[in-house]
Amino acid sequence: MIPTLIFILVLLLAVGLFYFKVRTISQEIKLGKPIEINDNKLRRWKLMAKVAIGQSKMVTRPVAAIMHIFVYVGFVIVNIEMLEILIDGIFGTHRFFSFTGGLYPVLISSFEIFGIAVMLGCIVFLSRRNIIRVKRFWSSEMKLWPRSDANIILITELFLMSAILIMNASDGILQMRHNFHYAAVGSFLLSGLIQPLFSGLSDGTLVSLERFCWWFHIVGVLAFLNYIPYSKHFHVFLSFLNVYYSKLDPQGKMAHMPSITKEIKMMLSGNVKYNAAGGDEDIGQFGSRDCRDFTWKVLMDAYTCTECGRCTSSCPANLTGKKLSPRKIVMDMRDRLEYIGKNVRKHGIEFTDDKSLLDVVTAEELWACTTCNACATECPVTIDPVAMIIEMRRYMVMEKAAAPAELNAIFSNIENNGAPWQYSNEDRLLWAKDLEVNIH
Amino acid sequence: MEPRKIEVPVMANLFARGEKPEYLFWVGCAGAFDDRYKKVVRAFAKILSHLNVSYAVLGKEETCTGDPARRAGNEMLYQMQALQVIEIFKMYEVNKIITICPHCFNIFKNEYPDLDGKYEVISYLQFLNKYIEEGKLKLDSGLFKNVTITYHDPCYLGRANNIYSEPRSILKKLTAGFVEMDRNKSFALCCGAGGAQMFKEAEKGDKEVFIKRTEDALKTSAEIIATACPFCMTMLTDGLKYKNREEEIKNLDIAELIAQSLEL
Repeated sequence: MIPTLIFILVLLLAVGLFYFKVRTISQEIKLGKPIEINDNKLRRWKLMAKVAIGQSKMVTRPVAAIMHIFVYVGFVIVNIEMLEILIDGIFGTHRFFSFTGGLYPVLISSFEIFGIAVMLGCIVFLSRRNIIRVKRFWSSEMKLWPRSDANIILITELFLMSAILIMNASDGILQMRHNFHYAAVGSFLLSGLIQPLFSGLSDGTLVSLERFCWWFHIVGVLAFLNYIPYSKHFHVFLSFLNVYYSKLDPQGKMAHMPSITKEIKMMLSGNVKYNAAGGDEDIGQFGSRDCRDFTWKVLMDAYTCTECGRCTSSCPANLTGKKLSPRKIVMDMRDRLEYIGKNVRKHGIEFTDDKSLLDVVTAEELWACTTCNACATECPVTIDPVAMIIEMRRYMVMEKAAAPAELNAIFSNIENNGAPWQYSNEDRLLWAKDLEVNIH
Repeated sequence: MEPRKIEVPVMANLFARGEKPEYLFWVGCAGAFDDRYKKVVRAFAKILSHLNVSYAVLGKEETCTGDPARRAGNEMLYQMQALQVIEIFKMYEVNKIITICPHCFNIFKNEYPDLDGKYEVISYLQFLNKYIEEGKLKLDSGLFKNVTITYHDPCYLGRANNIYSEPRSILKKLTAGFVEMDRNKSFALCCGAGGAQMFKEAEKGDKEVFIKRTEDALKTSAEIIATACPFCMTMLTDGLKYKNREEEIKNLDIAELIAQSLEL
């Protein structure tokens, strides 16, 4: 009775805390500018099935892709066992699904196989990060927290999976000893192999071990659930939504700015009063200076990022030693948004400080981008770092007139000569002079 | 084989005579002003005449699409340019546009529609490939048959618009020695010129992007690096010069390769 009560209490607490944190993140994402994305529903579902569920963009790096599939599929499957654990916990039953009879050991054995796959994936990932030291996990933005975060996740998953295996192994031994609490439900494939490790233990110790692992696993999972929204691991939930809402246009298309069109049309019609009189809504700031100037979709991008660094490792600027790292920009966006979110909750929606995203993302980074879209192409969860960069460039140029001098020169050339170079339009046909073609 | 003079048709003149061409051939600023790239435009114009295509250029009425301004964050200047270009297109009732510059292609195809400039925009590679597939353009001279050629994907045709197969299909008809760089198609490394980088010094780093991309190309041991963008051409030609390889390895546009193989 008491374990059941404790269990229900822990469960409610964990789910409650998780709910509140997710709600907080959702509110933070909604601090972004409104944008309506409800077109092409079928196409979006298909994209989500392909990219998020089907992991289609992962395959470009096969080792990581296979290991990630192990962890991803393994974790989803193993969580079916969670269902049994929940039922057992709430109703005080033991191995509730064993009513399935001969199917049960098959079921549990397959969970064990997937569990081992998860462990294999975690071990490979840990060695890639800490022993082989794959370059993209060691760049400048991957220090302290981001680096520990990844290791914490992988180690936790290893512990959780080990707990299941040890629990099953002890359970199996107790079954064979005909312990009345442990009805014979059949032998399990993989935990059976580690049974010799524990076979010297007394019944009492084995029962404690089995119970400890059971509690360790369930409490561990619930704790992990609550860790996820504080971590890059939140992609396990958000990637599905993020892919659903991603840009369907060709990658080369930049977001339109209707406010500029309006401004130009106003200028051309000479109707300056139009706006000054307040007859129309304020045109507002051009481009983005801080998180709340971006659309909620951009902010969702930031929260979806799993810090894998595929973007940065394919960025031509980063590959040639420049400061720009698309991943850093996405991470800066998220960190700044978390800070703003915290203060908005404390001080209300009016909260401002004298800082902005542009204090962490420098001009040097922004101007190094070639808009080649390699980062966006690489991202397995369809984050678009180029859109973030362009929005900040727009702010720098149109609000601060802070473009590099050479770019100001091409702006004035385009304005005055209709070309980025200082040539006269009169010379536009010089290429066609004395042109001859051979007739065969 | 006899040379015939080409008068490149200009839209204003055609309209004055009451004629309307099927295509507008958008030359672009690089085609008009960059000495190296003018040769590419000349090659393409020769192919157009060879194929008897009904087209015209805007000539002095052409202006910047606004692309470099837009990518550099100057949306105001971009839209001013774009609205101006759309007006000109309206005046000449333009509905089909052939571009050679991928940046012009992308902005016409994907971004002008937001300003109500909606056209059928065709990259010269799609255009040429269609003529080849239909058997109207025959590449059988064999001039490049035994020459190894690699192709550098311009970001604004490749990743931006998924045009990967046309250039490859054309090049494979020109040579039996087509080789890919390690990073190709959607993985291709940018030449370093996009996003208005062409017009400014690069930020501090340990290498120029165009040198890195030139190294990718050199690794294939190709004798010709084929490009399909004026900025990529500037970058990779500079890269070859930097590596002192410009004598032995040529950087040519696909239009030039076709024109040469047809001995136009």
